[in-house]
Amino acid sequence: MSESFTPLWEVFIRSRNGLDHKHVGSLHAADATLAMQAARDVYTRREEGNSIWIVQSKDIVASDPDKEAENFDPAVDKVYRHPSFYEIPDEIGHM
Amino acid sequence: MDTREALVHSLITLGDDHLILGHRLSEWSGHAPMLEEDLSMSNMALDLIGQARNIYTYAGEVEGKGRDEDALAYLRTEREYYNVLMVERPNGDFAHTMLRQFYFAVYMQASWAAMVESKDETLRGIAGKAVKEISYHVRHAGEWVVRMGDGTEESAERIKSAAAALHRYTNELFTVNSALQICIDAGSLPDPSKLRDSWNNSISQVFKQAFLEVPEVAAPQEGGRDGRHTEDFGHLLSDLQYLQRTYPGQKW
Repeated sequence: MSESFTPLWEVFIRSRNGLDHKHVGSLHAADATLAMQAARDVYTRREEGNSIWIVQSKDIVASDPDKEAENFDPAVDKVYRHPSFYEIPDEIGHM
Repeated sequence: MDTREALVHSLITLGDDHLILGHRLSEWSGHAPMLEEDLSMSNMALDLIGQARNIYTYAGEVEGKGRDEDALAYLRTEREYYNVLMVERPNGDFAHTMLRQFYFAVYMQASWAAMVESKDETLRGIAGKAVKEISYHVRHAGEWVVRMGDGTEESAERIKSAAAALHRYTNELFTVNSALQICIDAGSLPDPSKLRDSWNNSISQVFKQAFLEVPEVAAPQEGGRDGRHTEDFGHLLSDLQYLQRTYPGQKW
């Protein structure tokens, strides 16, 4: 089946006990209705969740893998950005 | 025929519709036009076979002669199956399979919905679960019928020829034999002839969206309810029964 008739969709499922929808995979479908049915059939047949989001893959703006170094490496040596340098008063307890 | 014999016969009939259609759908496993539909048809097949298991198990209990679901599913001869001819028809192309699924699911959706009110407690339980499963089959198959009818020139031609080939088999869904009449009078099973108008309406609505005409049927095809089947059914049974016939009592 050609890509022009059945574009790619990304599927996000919220598990029964989870708070967030998580990306679980992708599928091909002609339109949103069929994509939702396919998502239900392919990704929830083992009780994986009780809510589905789908979005057409072309609508996702992704960071450029070639720019991974300039995007993410600068954060590596900046440990002071983690809020881990505070003395926590005893009465606060475990955080 | 007493009430118990009538119920056993009618339950086996209902189980046969589900087992045979489930088996036909399962033939698509690994062969569907796309992976998504491969899983979808296998899912629906498993729904139908699960319903058949529940119905057969109950039929065996009511009968009280020691036949379990496997004995009923695998150890009868061709003339002892009472499914409608429509469900045993070969799969044909995807359009044929989806339209057959749609015809059957729309019928069973109304039938299970009525059975939720049955005087028979076990049937109420089976119906309560099945009605959710079948509602999805109606939606899934219905969406495909619309898309094929309102799709490409080829898909429209295929769904049109599926309707021309299959519509003649739909009449049998609504027939009532003496065993079923006893169950209807006892309030355990719904009267299919009363489901016909709503079935016609549902089919017409979807066909309208699909730019399809409901075919005129000159000669309705029937026989399965009396155990008279098409040639293809023997081949289906040889596949379905092979393992239990070759290794009697085999379990895994």
